[in-house]
Amino acid sequence: MTNTTTTVTPIKISSKRSAEDRAFRGLARGAGLGTFVILFLIGLFLLIEAIPAFRSQGLRFFTNTGWQTTGPHPTFGVLSALTGSIIISIIGLAVAIPVSLATALFINEYAPAKVLGFVPVKNFLTAAVDLMAAVPSIIYGMWGFFVLQPHTTGLEQWLSTYLGFIPVFKSSTGLYTSSFLICGIIVGIMCMPIITSLCREVFSLTPNGEREGAMSLGASRARVIRDVVFPFAKGGVIGSIMLGLGRALGEAIAVAIIISLAFPINFHILQAGGNSIAALIALNWGSGGSLGTSALLAAGLVLFAITLIINMVASRIVNASMADRR
Amino acid sequence: MTMSDSMANTETVATDRKVASSASAGTAPSLRIDGVSAAQLESVGIHAWFGERLVLENVDLVMERTKVTALIGPSGCGKSTFLRILNRMHEIVPSASLAGRVELDGDDIYDPNQRAATVRRHIGMVFQRPNPFPAMSIRDNVLAGLRFNKIRSSHKDEIVEEALVKAGLWSEVKDRQGALGGALSGGQQQRLCIARALAVKPAVLLMDEPCSALDPGSTLRIEQTIQEIAEEVTVVIVTHNMQQALRVSDKTAFFLAQDGNPGYIVEAGPTKEIFESPKDPRTADYVNGRFG
Repeated sequence: MTNTTTTVTPIKISSKRSAEDRAFRGLARGAGLGTFVILFLIGLFLLIEAIPAFRSQGLRFFTNTGWQTTGPHPTFGVLSALTGSIIISIIGLAVAIPVSLATALFINEYAPAKVLGFVPVKNFLTAAVDLMAAVPSIIYGMWGFFVLQPHTTGLEQWLSTYLGFIPVFKSSTGLYTSSFLICGIIVGIMCMPIITSLCREVFSLTPNGEREGAMSLGASRARVIRDVVFPFAKGGVIGSIMLGLGRALGEAIAVAIIISLAFPINFHILQAGGNSIAALIALNWGSGGSLGTSALLAAGLVLFAITLIINMVASRIVNASMADRR
Repeated sequence: MTMSDSMANTETVATDRKVASSASAGTAPSLRIDGVSAAQLESVGIHAWFGERLVLENVDLVMERTKVTALIGPSGCGKSTFLRILNRMHEIVPSASLAGRVELDGDDIYDPNQRAATVRRHIGMVFQRPNPFPAMSIRDNVLAGLRFNKIRSSHKDEIVEEALVKAGLWSEVKDRQGALGGALSGGQQQRLCIARALAVKPAVLLMDEPCSALDPGSTLRIEQTIQEIAEEVTVVIVTHNMQQALRVSDKTAFFLAQDGNPGYIVEAGPTKEIFESPKDPRTADYVNGRFG
């Protein structure tokens, strides 16, 4: 009945591309690959430059807290700077996340397009937030040093007096300037525009159909935000927070201006003195001899690896939450 | 939030789904008395604007209890705008404004003491494009209205089944209620949206071209559904499909907007009369497919 000797194979579809197509394809592919290559080369450069430091300290580089790179017995390690970076970032995000989400929601959901018929509130706020992102970090640093710091020490004193029984609020030195808290607040303010701007963007993409569907069932505005806007924007919000975290971890100048470097590991956020990888590099650059430079580059490698991991995790979370919706 | 608002909320929560008069206390006029049965909807002298442009002029229409009223007319004649005025969805467009009254069993839904969300709960809506909540399961989609209105219930299973049966979707999804709402076909999604709207026991259900994005089979199913649910809810449907209006509706209103003038009702009456013996020649032309 059937002819078993001949088998049907799929035909080969010709995929000849035009010269124009080939050129554009090559360009796009080259640019895409280029970013990977650059990223890889940066990592490689840091690794090579860091070798003398690792050779000198071995794994103790990750457990040492001091930073003595000269002399006959150099001992140095990234631990206190790393914990400092993490503490500053946590404080920064604790400040930035609620303010950013609220600002983004206000601009997107509540702010009137115009007030008094001619003041474009919504556009004005959007532009103001974007401008905040454009302010150089040195400005935030100086503002933090000269304005924020004198006005925060009172709060810090109050916190340590009345909540000092909680270990993080303890201050054994009685000095409150140059503390993690002030750095964290400044870093939080610097993260805010990024998080706000991205969240506003994501919130505004919420499908109108879903919004109206919820409203037509009697949902109040707050309900629409909670049950439609937030679930839709979840991935984007997490992504924006992770980007903010990247900035918080890497912030050097503003932290360097405020913090006074101290190498013991310190969890007392109100107490004067602290550390962070980026500030350590900024403040110690050019001192400490060739081993010192290598040590700073090794610290930079640690920061590089951490931010890379955070971003990879963030993109996984974002993708997973996008896949939920398909 | 005013005093009466908060009182109304507690009332809704306390009495499960029976009480629908969630705005009955204090100065806010009662929207519904019993909450289970359908209600009559009436528009009086409705005008609507977008910015400076008048798009609807003096629309008076009675949409009778448990009857299906069809709104027909060429594109851009204001049918959908009118429909959205009936459950206060018009006002969410920033430049939109309106004049006139809409009464649900005699209560003005635009009374200053009336909350828009409460109005919308009693006057449900099904949209042109199916819009289930894609990240919620089928079951959660049906229960979304209860959740939004903070209505607690101990018989959610029954509510889900009842709503899905009425919407003609039960047999297809009863074994996979946990599947995501977005995973259904277009026709199923639209029936899910109908089920979702019915689950909060609205007095009126507004449908804005509910079949225009669907295939003929799904359209037929939804038309059957409309006729079944009309026993307990007043239905107002916008349609471009003349045959559909003829098949499902008891009453038809013909809207027209000519030469950039605002839309108005040319003629309204029992569907049979509008299609078989219209009084206005323009109605006759339109229903016989001579324009529009």
